[in-house]
Amino acid sequence: MYVAVKGGEVAIDNAHRLLADRRRGDRDVPALRLDQIVEQLALAVDRVMAEGSLYDRELAALAIRQARGDMIEAIFLTRAYRTTLPRFGYSRPVETGAMLVERRVSATYKDLPGGQLLGPTFDYTHRLLDPELAGDAPVEAPAVRPEAPEPMPRVTEILAQEGLIEPDGAAGAGTEPGDITRQPAEYPMDRDVRLQALSRGDEGFLLALAYSTQRGFGRTHPFVGEIRIGEVDVELDVPELPFAVPLGRIRVTECQMVNQFKGSMKAPPQFTRGYGLVMGQSERKAMAMSLCDRALRAAEFGEDIVAPAQDQEFVIAHSDNVQATGFVEHLKLPHYVDFQAELGLVRQMRTEFDERRGASAERKEAAE
Amino acid sequence: MSDIATYNFAYLDEQTKRMIRRAILKGIAIPGYQVPFASREMPMPYGWGTGGVQVTASIIGPDDVLKVIDQGADDTTNAVSIRAFFRKVADVETTTDTARATIIQTRHRIPEHPLSEGQTLVYQVPIPEPLRFLEPRETETRKMHALEEYGLMHVKLYEDIARNGHIATTYAYPVKVEGRYVMDPSPTPKFDNPKMHMSAALQLFGAGREQRIYAIPPHTSVVSLDFEDHPFEVQRFEKPCALCGAEQVYLDEVILDDRGGRMFVCSDTDFCEKRREAGHVGELGMAVDGLEAVR
Repeated sequence: MYVAVKGGEVAIDNAHRLLADRRRGDRDVPALRLDQIVEQLALAVDRVMAEGSLYDRELAALAIRQARGDMIEAIFLTRAYRTTLPRFGYSRPVETGAMLVERRVSATYKDLPGGQLLGPTFDYTHRLLDPELAGDAPVEAPAVRPEAPEPMPRVTEILAQEGLIEPDGAAGAGTEPGDITRQPAEYPMDRDVRLQALSRGDEGFLLALAYSTQRGFGRTHPFVGEIRIGEVDVELDVPELPFAVPLGRIRVTECQMVNQFKGSMKAPPQFTRGYGLVMGQSERKAMAMSLCDRALRAAEFGEDIVAPAQDQEFVIAHSDNVQATGFVEHLKLPHYVDFQAELGLVRQMRTEFDERRGASAERKEAAE
Repeated sequence: MSDIATYNFAYLDEQTKRMIRRAILKGIAIPGYQVPFASREMPMPYGWGTGGVQVTASIIGPDDVLKVIDQGADDTTNAVSIRAFFRKVADVETTTDTARATIIQTRHRIPEHPLSEGQTLVYQVPIPEPLRFLEPRETETRKMHALEEYGLMHVKLYEDIARNGHIATTYAYPVKVEGRYVMDPSPTPKFDNPKMHMSAALQLFGAGREQRIYAIPPHTSVVSLDFEDHPFEVQRFEKPCALCGAEQVYLDEVILDDRGGRMFVCSDTDFCEKRREAGHVGELGMAVDGLEAVR
């Protein structure tokens, strides 16, 4: 019985001791080092940083190890730590146009200023398991561009020159962006806050929703205007100083989705935007995010809200995997007080049901 | 990485506590109204009492005596875990004695022993919105509360009666607070609803995942919704507690074997133990230290 009357404390201690043993596994196998996780499971680390919303590779690696590779558990560990950190201020918006780009692809133009740059991608790999990787065969050094990279304007800026895409929605003067870690969620929710929630939303959930829009549940006619991955500067304004203080660089993935739009009573025919920005390298997540962002803008363009992906409360309230996993898994906590109440009710209703059936059978016999 | 993780008294930083205390004060000022608050991630999962833990962490001081119960019992795993958490991060005295506690955090029950002035009961709440399963949209339910539009809830209760001859809600039974807001008492069995009415203790409700806090100040009217011809009733048990012989308390059904053998015992373990210490014995009862063998 997992609710031993006096054994709870000891049982919990023993369970955690066993967990620590299983986490370590066979002691003859060397323990994973955090730098090994950072270097060789980099995309797992990136996902934990993005959804844990804390940009620290070493902590993310520690969380992955502590969680035995359970990503949502690792994300949860990271979040529960970040929430205790003091908030010194808000950085300036990062300038993705000035990104040190490692990968940049556009599906809308064959060639464009700055060119297409494949970067470190799984695309066009044949998904054949590589027995070589079971060992530690030497790996070639990468080929590096000799010339300095030319500037890479964002594709949406090129479209904007023709006036065919909606402008980049400037926030009104004096508008302070919301902060989902400091303010309770309120619906209807503005786009700034929605984007924050999407950016740390569960990759799998957003992927499925994005996919649903492609299959007709809230279709958005998307084209990948551009995906870029690389490093951007983070700068902070400090009141005493006349210039912004650079804090360092972070790697981000940005996706600008360009969506065809026939026009409505509210807006002329034009291209519209869906936007995705995720910490670390996560193209799948950034793309899914941009599709969800566009779908969630339905009301703005006077589109009918007919599909789950267009419904703010449905998408945003259920996108956080730390919340979702907690509430789903809480069902394993004891519920026997409520179950007792339901047991009593079902017994009563069953008795009443049997009595009614007995009574109607008697009536039927009497009638015959 | 050794510089990681020094935590403030009771885990939360003081700014967060201040924000939560403001929400609590607002809740007390408007009994039964759900106050949005910027809930934090806690080191235990959402759905496992993070709302209650945040409320407790914000009101607890070094002199408080804390009791934590889950399903009425002090020794259920999650109650043990939350009690251990506060011992660790706040170094406060903990107790299982209802009368001695200054703060009681609870999930799913209100203690049988009447609460007194100066005590605070903190409820862990999964879904704070009593109208949620009638209307899933927050934008709609907030409007309904603002307009005091509770017809939908009465229709639901009426449909229960039309279908079953009685109201088929056994826990999280909706109440009206101080004649204004319809409130979810958290998933306590409706047996406990009358204890909320005019209680001398302060009752605070925390829903972490749903980012809501609400409150019932001491000596506030809390009325379970019903109809004149179908008045509110609490559960009744046919037998008294098998261990301590208590009547008019909420009982747990304990399965004894695989041939339908079962016994009913107090869900409130502290109440049951106190009675047995005082010499009360039920039909299967025995000396206090024999309890473990029976359960």
